[in-house]
Amino acid sequence: MYSVEVKDISKVYGKEKLVAVDHVSFSVNKGDIFGLIGPDGAGKTSIFRVLTTLLLPDGGGATVEGFDIVKDYEQIRSRVGYMPGRFSLYQDLTVEENLHFFATLFGTTIRENYDLIKDIYVQLEKFKDRRTGKLSGGMKQKLALCCALIHKPTVLFLDEPTTGVDPVSRKEFWEMLKRLKAQGITIIVSTPYMDEADLCDRIALMQAGKILSVETPAHIINNYGDLLVEVKADNMYELLKVLKEYKKALNSYAFGEYAHVSFEKEIPGDFLPFLQQRGLSGIFMAPANVTIEDCFIKLLKS
Amino acid sequence: MKCFTSWQGVQKEKNSIKKVMRMKQFLTFVQKEFYHVLRDKKTLLILFGMPVVQILIFGFALSNEVKNSKIVVMDQAKDISSQKLINKIEASKYFDIEESIHSQGQIDAAFKKGAIKMALIIPAGFYQNLVHEHKAQVQVIADASDPNIATALTNYANAIVQDFQTELNTGFEMPYTIIPETRMLYNPQQKSVYSMVPGVMALVLMLLCVLMTAISIVREKETGTMEVLLVSPFKPSLVILSKTVPYLLLSFIDIIIILMMSVWLLGLPINGNIFLLLAVSVLYIITCLSLGILISIKTTTQQAAMMISLMGMLLPSLMLSGFMFPIENMPVPLQVISNIVPATWFNNIIKAVMIKGLGPSFIWKEVLILTGMTLFFLFVSLKSFKIRLA
Repeated sequence: MYSVEVKDISKVYGKEKLVAVDHVSFSVNKGDIFGLIGPDGAGKTSIFRVLTTLLLPDGGGATVEGFDIVKDYEQIRSRVGYMPGRFSLYQDLTVEENLHFFATLFGTTIRENYDLIKDIYVQLEKFKDRRTGKLSGGMKQKLALCCALIHKPTVLFLDEPTTGVDPVSRKEFWEMLKRLKAQGITIIVSTPYMDEADLCDRIALMQAGKILSVETPAHIINNYGDLLVEVKADNMYELLKVLKEYKKALNSYAFGEYAHVSFEKEIPGDFLPFLQQRGLSGIFMAPANVTIEDCFIKLLKS
Repeated sequence: MKCFTSWQGVQKEKNSIKKVMRMKQFLTFVQKEFYHVLRDKKTLLILFGMPVVQILIFGFALSNEVKNSKIVVMDQAKDISSQKLINKIEASKYFDIEESIHSQGQIDAAFKKGAIKMALIIPAGFYQNLVHEHKAQVQVIADASDPNIATALTNYANAIVQDFQTELNTGFEMPYTIIPETRMLYNPQQKSVYSMVPGVMALVLMLLCVLMTAISIVREKETGTMEVLLVSPFKPSLVILSKTVPYLLLSFIDIIIILMMSVWLLGLPINGNIFLLLAVSVLYIITCLSLGILISIKTTTQQAAMMISLMGMLLPSLMLSGFMFPIENMPVPLQVISNIVPATWFNNIIKAVMIKGLGPSFIWKEVLILTGMTLFFLFVSLKSFKIRLA
């Protein structure tokens, strides 16, 4: 049983016919954490707005919890929780007032669904009389999540919830999402951070309005196919330049403190001599663990 | 545990729960709007500072009455009659005698300096001429670079001289004198506050109500809160209604402030029924609020909303409502436009109720027009409220 089903959706903006979403299809299982992974401008926000009934698609259709996004928009609006990419609470209201407002808006009370937000809200409780505009970035995100959860939605849409949040808060945030998943809530989350992809049950890799692949993170990594090695040298800048000249490699790019190089099957015998010949010293080479980012880069190249 | 005997009973219970929920939603929404207003010092300052300042400016500073104008007197007669006339002029509140001078040259100099507005010259032998020839002359010279003031001043001077003449003639029998007896209805002293206060009320309420509500919805669009609001089970009518209620209450306080100031500070009486006055004011406020809501729904930025309400509403209300210039004297196209300016009708109502003391039967037409406008604005607002982002 699917919670969200998207069939061939397109979204075009303005007179210049700017294509933001290009014939996208995917389905999300009930109770899954589904990730839309891709850089800025990939069309993630547009998909969120179409699914939360804020925008009409220019082609295709979709259902959320079995309701059509065009016809049954009222049904969907009372069932989903939505946290836009931009912080969208009332900055001149206090933490508690914001939460109270959104609870009442959905015809419920804070007390009624308190256990759903308890884990998150305890961290906010000591600031409950503070104006929302004066909270730190991480606190704001937690409050926004509380407000999106307070009516006990069956599907939660989170548009880049961790962008601009420090690494510790990001980790905390994902732990919260796991706890929410345990309550049976379907979560659709978008992020530009590849390292967060592993935390999702299934992910859609997006680029320029198109979906490149929809799979479990493990499946995507297992199907990488190529041989990936990490290389290090004293002069990294020179190394990356030289790697580009080595035509037998499929791809090479900077990855953290290493350079990742991919080959079709095995490392050609002349690879190491080639590097030494170009005057590189302190060369270190080892097989690399394939990450989602490597898969994404490979998909982009093909 | 409740037991329902029929399915209708269950439905009824469900509906009443829904009603309670809607009411709670509405009240929370209104409370939120109040927080927005009361926590923003700038909004508060505009809301309560503007009416006070406007009343003070229009009531005192921008009065078109001419008071305490500086004049000079050149008394060449220096007899009892000339002295009496000068005393009379000095006693009036319109003139302040700056100095007595002795030569024509000094008069010119004073005018050129701009120190005086008028000069009065009483020629030598003033009393003699009066007694023997029953005819004497005085010369009034006014600075007509501002023609309105000059006309007003010479009229005042004429009236005083006329008065002086009548006093002299008491006891004598004058053949064929026609004394026109004019009565200034409703405003016997022709005070300018009588026309200013209704105008200012119409203007201030228009500005406040339109501006405040015009910003209120578009601000939610700009800050992104509308995006969250839309993905919730609220009704557009709920938003519109709850945006107007706080401003309705606050503007009502403004009316009370304006009325108290005009009665106690400017000495303007409320001749009509105070409750009728308040009722029509509330109607006008609602008209302005719904116009503001319409602007807010149609625009996408706070700046645009502000420009439209300031330029599009302030100028017509100031120029075309009959507040500054009489509508009868306008060219026909402007007269037509003045008909669609709500302030025009409110101006008429306020004048009728507050100053003329008239009852509901005299203002039903204006009330009907304002009601019609309100319904129109609300209808168009509801129709054009976007339930999606684009």
